[in-house]
Amino acid sequence: MKRFRRHGHETQRDRLKQELYQFNKTVEHGFPHQPSALGYSPSLQLLAIGTRSGAIKLYGAPGVEFMGLHDENAAVTQVHFMPHQVELVTLLDDNSLHMWTLRGHKGLSELLEIGRFTLTGPPGAPPSVTRVTSVLAHSSGELLLLGTEGGHVFIVEVPGFRELEERNISLDQVANSVPEDYIGRRNLEHVESLQENPVNPNQVVLGYGRGLMVIWDLEKQCAMQHIPATQQLESVWWTEDGEYIISSHSDGSYCRWMVGGEDMNDDEEKSDIPYGHFPCKAISKIVQLPTEGGPPFLLFSGGMPRASYGDRHCITVIHGKTHVALDFTSRIIDFFAIRDGPQFSDPSALVVLVEEELVVIDLQTEGWPVIQTPYLIPLHSSAITCSHHISAIPLKLWERIIAAGAMQYTHYSKKPWPITGGQNLAPDPPQRDLLLTGHEDGIVNFWDASGVCLYPMYKLSTAGVFHTDSDLNDNMNQGTEGEWPPFRKVGCFDPYSDDPRLGIQKIHLCKYSGYLTVAGTAGQILVLELNDEAAEQTVEAKVVDLLQGQEGFRWKGHTRLDVREEPVLFPAGFQPFALVQCQPPAVVTALTLHSEWKLVAFGTSHGFGLYDYQQRNNVLIKCTLNPTDQVALEGPLSRVKSIKKSLRQSFRRIRRSRVSLRKHHVNNAAKLHEANARLEAELAEMELAPVQRKIEARSSDDSFTGLVRTLYFADTFLTDSSHNTPSLWAGTNGGCVFAYMLRLPPAEHRAEEPVTAHQAKEIQLMHRAPVVGIVVLDGHGAPLPEPLEVAHDLARSPDMHGSHHLLVISEEQFKVFTLPKVSAKMKLKLTAIDGSRVRRVGVAWFGSSRTEDYGESGLVVLTNQGDLHIVSLPHIKMQVHYPCIRREDVSGIASCVFTKYGQGFYLISPSEFERFSLSTRYLVEPRCLVDAPRQSFNQHRPPSFGASSPQRRVMEHALLNDESDFPFHFTH
Amino acid sequence: MSRPQSRIGIKLHQHVIEVKSKFEAEYRRFALKRNSHGGFQEFYHLLQSLHLIPGVEVLLGYADIHGDLLPINNDDNFHKAVSSANPLLRIIITKKEDEPEVFGTNSLQRRKKGLGLTGLRTATIGSTHSRHKPSLLIGQPQDFRQISSIIDVDILPESHRRVRLHKHGTHKPLGFYIRDGVSVRVTPQGVEKVPGVFISRLVRGGLAETTGLLGVNDEILEVNGIDVVGKSLDQVTDMMVANSHNLIVTVKPSNQRNNVTHRVTKSSGSVGSAGSSGSARDSPSPAAQSNPITASNSIAEGDSEDEEDDCDLIMENDSLLTHQVINSNLRDSHDLRPLPQSISLPNSMAASMISNHNGNSEESLREDGNIISL
Repeated sequence: MKRFRRHGHETQRDRLKQELYQFNKTVEHGFPHQPSALGYSPSLQLLAIGTRSGAIKLYGAPGVEFMGLHDENAAVTQVHFMPHQVELVTLLDDNSLHMWTLRGHKGLSELLEIGRFTLTGPPGAPPSVTRVTSVLAHSSGELLLLGTEGGHVFIVEVPGFRELEERNISLDQVANSVPEDYIGRRNLEHVESLQENPVNPNQVVLGYGRGLMVIWDLEKQCAMQHIPATQQLESVWWTEDGEYIISSHSDGSYCRWMVGGEDMNDDEEKSDIPYGHFPCKAISKIVQLPTEGGPPFLLFSGGMPRASYGDRHCITVIHGKTHVALDFTSRIIDFFAIRDGPQFSDPSALVVLVEEELVVIDLQTEGWPVIQTPYLIPLHSSAITCSHHISAIPLKLWERIIAAGAMQYTHYSKKPWPITGGQNLAPDPPQRDLLLTGHEDGIVNFWDASGVCLYPMYKLSTAGVFHTDSDLNDNMNQGTEGEWPPFRKVGCFDPYSDDPRLGIQKIHLCKYSGYLTVAGTAGQILVLELNDEAAEQTVEAKVVDLLQGQEGFRWKGHTRLDVREEPVLFPAGFQPFALVQCQPPAVVTALTLHSEWKLVAFGTSHGFGLYDYQQRNNVLIKCTLNPTDQVALEGPLSRVKSIKKSLRQSFRRIRRSRVSLRKHHVNNAAKLHEANARLEAELAEMELAPVQRKIEARSSDDSFTGLVRTLYFADTFLTDSSHNTPSLWAGTNGGCVFAYMLRLPPAEHRAEEPVTAHQAKEIQLMHRAPVVGIVVLDGHGAPLPEPLEVAHDLARSPDMHGSHHLLVISEEQFKVFTLPKVSAKMKLKLTAIDGSRVRRVGVAWFGSSRTEDYGESGLVVLTNQGDLHIVSLPHIKMQVHYPCIRREDVSGIASCVFTKYGQGFYLISPSEFERFSLSTRYLVEPRCLVDAPRQSFNQHRPPSFGASSPQRRVMEHALLNDESDFPFHFTH
Repeated sequence: MSRPQSRIGIKLHQHVIEVKSKFEAEYRRFALKRNSHGGFQEFYHLLQSLHLIPGVEVLLGYADIHGDLLPINNDDNFHKAVSSANPLLRIIITKKEDEPEVFGTNSLQRRKKGLGLTGLRTATIGSTHSRHKPSLLIGQPQDFRQISSIIDVDILPESHRRVRLHKHGTHKPLGFYIRDGVSVRVTPQGVEKVPGVFISRLVRGGLAETTGLLGVNDEILEVNGIDVVGKSLDQVTDMMVANSHNLIVTVKPSNQRNNVTHRVTKSSGSVGSAGSSGSARDSPSPAAQSNPITASNSIAEGDSEDEEDDCDLIMENDSLLTHQVINSNLRDSHDLRPLPQSISLPNSMAASMISNHNGNSEESLREDGNIISL
């Protein structure tokens, strides 16, 4: 009977779990890793990017995103939309062709693969015969022309992939008609390019690698004209009036040929090597676009003088007298131009996909400014070193951050985003969320993470506070007057940090007060406040000796950053006003801020400190270092040789030398190879070592036991059960928890009387596992609210009558202690049971999907196995678990951040965040619809997005209970 | 050795046991009521008075039915000794300061065969023994700490061995390494190769080596009762480290010759001694011989793991706090937030003063370290 009832209870709980928890990977933010192909549909106004890992991603208007993954683990080499249709064709590295379509389903579109095809040649033919090198999606929408390495052109009917053998254009057919005097006639090589005559769909030009171009009539199945170019062919472009063919070649030249002239005439109108005299690199793609009553635009990639600028990634834009060589940050994958309207209208924007970012250039505004992209932002413009998420930002702070950001983005074009396909049907996000990423170069980026698009809001640089090496050579890359080629740098990808000490390691933002604290690699802790005006001020630095007189060691790590003593002009936005520098300058490992008490707590591998940012002085310093821990003493981070770092250094070395070596014709590729070879050797060595793990109990002598992992402020019952006091809690790597009672002067004397801290408790966990989280639960078992949350009426005030509990989360187990007398109450073992360890932990609130008013708090845990667990509070029972990240993906696991409402982000590549949701109620995922295009081109949606209106749609449905104290309401 | 007495004993052995005690060269014989005997202390004092050696610290031993010389030093083994009397209970008394007796399996039998029961003088025997094996000094159980045991012999297949390592309280490292490997399983479909985790190395002088119960290339099947199938090497490592205070590993020894056989001849040996006799044979390590005694305690200590695990060290530095609070209260203006703790705490203050070596100074931190690392 009893068992029966219990069973009933269990099923009820199970049902509740289903109402509360649900795991979905919802959307990928950022820039795809290793893009390898670009496609664009002018009729759908959709952009497609294929990647080396076989993913295909479609983007239209902001919020319109589709993703597909090929089953084959092969790189996507080409993407072609079928003209005027919703289908697209991808060519993979394994020579397979795939047909994808956008199919409507329940009012939304989804990307589906509907067919695959591999060319089969005659039996016994070498594989080169059917190895596809070029693809032409014919404007009829029914044919695909496939040029191969063997020089044949196969014609396939789509969407069924039916081979039309009788219409194939074999190499023999072409070779027979080649003029006798053409030097390359014996070997025309592969089909490099296939282009259709824009005015006559029956004519295509076949461009062979050797240089020969043949205009072929698909109807009559015969050659119409031979264009006997003699240089290796790189690309072919047929001008829109159908009168000219432009070819680009491997020697950096391009030629313009008249169509329809006599066969034997050398119709070479013009051959030009734009950056000539000295040998040039190939022009890999050339495009010419007419304008209404003006000179055409000529766009081509490459063609740079081999010796002096061979390493630049350039696209040259020539329009009349204007000639600019756009200098990109990484290798150019592909580019295309967007037309403002139907055919023959002016090109409005140039879209360039480079390896690390997507750059869109406004071709209609003077100076060709860059249009800020609403998606595909290179998150890794400098490597991401940490991230921090803040849910439900008050509107006031949101507005101020946007305003500060708007001042920074003035150099961007005012034009709206030109790619506008599809409709975003996703509901407006329920709240305003901020994702902050800290970068290696000392920059903190603020992202609007409320919706599907991770949109940049504001960028904070902390480097200005310090003297750095980079100051001197800042102007090195600026082009001088009259320089040829006329370079212009575009793009923001810059992974080379000149001073790794600037790297941001920890961030904490108080969303109610606008106080921000960031901490970095060289033990620096900056406290910043939001100011709407630019201000010139000196940042007061305070050096804190965390060793507290421990002697007999020498810090062998990096030195402290050198602070600028003169006043520095800080632009509007977050401006630093206080700086703490830890001594030794070890990386800051824990950081927290209490805006109500105006205190910042920070920790390193040596100890932790408490800083009063109102009075600008230190309240407390505690050394947690074990004096025998030599590794921690000396600063291991600088001594442990990481591969990533050494690779970066070797790149940096190469890069630095590049400037000086450029004139000496030194091929730095050789150096790079050398570095790579060395790296490979190192890796191979590591592989050979037998994988063996030591089994040993943790002891107090282990290294880094003193490293501070977590810091926590709580107003709780630390010393007796009738009076709550402010307290600071610190957890170390060695399983030790320190608790300090804080005494704050009354508000009216806050500025004069000192804040004091006294150690009240110390808990040494028996199992000695690192303490990764500390939470105090109130009398109801709910986690204490954030500072100022209650003051702003956004949280129920904590229950101060019942007894509080302390929840200590170590890597191995969860343990609840009573307060104020610390005694173990209950625990949940994790590692002992399944061998996984806690890597990331957060407190989240889960709302029920069934009833609006039910919800509960839970712990969200990510383990080193990549599994997500939800643990109930306050009873610490395992609720659900989902596999989320591959266990080998250590950096992905390390990068994970949780939101307060059961979502999370982690890096799937250096440049992409995957967003996931554990909640049934809060789910941000793309919901979009793409209609099949009508033949007419005049349907243009009004721009729904642009740099001029960064505050997109106002979130009317949001629970903006903070708006009441906000003077100017947003117009609804 | 008078027969009539023993015959009487046979008649009475339901109620009375014969005791023959020997101290140096003197023998005493007396009877004890099987039911009415008291505890060990009573018996100890009785022997002291019988042998007229009050105040002399002695060790008591008895010969059990297998001829083993076993110690009597608490109520439990005294009762065991009494119950094993058949009906004769032979007691051997040695002075504590003398070289102690070698307790252990077969310790009496061997002598019985070679020299007879009378030759109990251990000094010479010990020296003859030491040529092959150094004689062991075995102290009181309270001086011992259990470091390992073989458990669950009755429920495990013979090819498996479940070993408990008691890291708790020793300074010795666990001292072994594990690696990935391939294990061969016999399944109904035939022989199948599956990934497994194996012991790859034993650290010299480590706990794992000294017990002699674990060996290189032993396959690890379970950690504290949890199957490791499907777990990565790192997971198994973490599980072992997490359980390191009371680690129970189930292994399939690579050397299957020393398995615990479900004995036929020995009917009443304890689980612990049976297991260790198996291991003692193959392992020359002297410490292995200590198992019979220690292993017998394993059940008593068995379920204490949670408490062991739970004893986090908690320091409540109220003393220091109160001092400072009082001081600051006196010094500072009285309009500050009142701190009633200072009033409510004087009792705990004194207590914590004693227990906590006061304060948060670095010295005390170091002391803490020592306290914990016991």
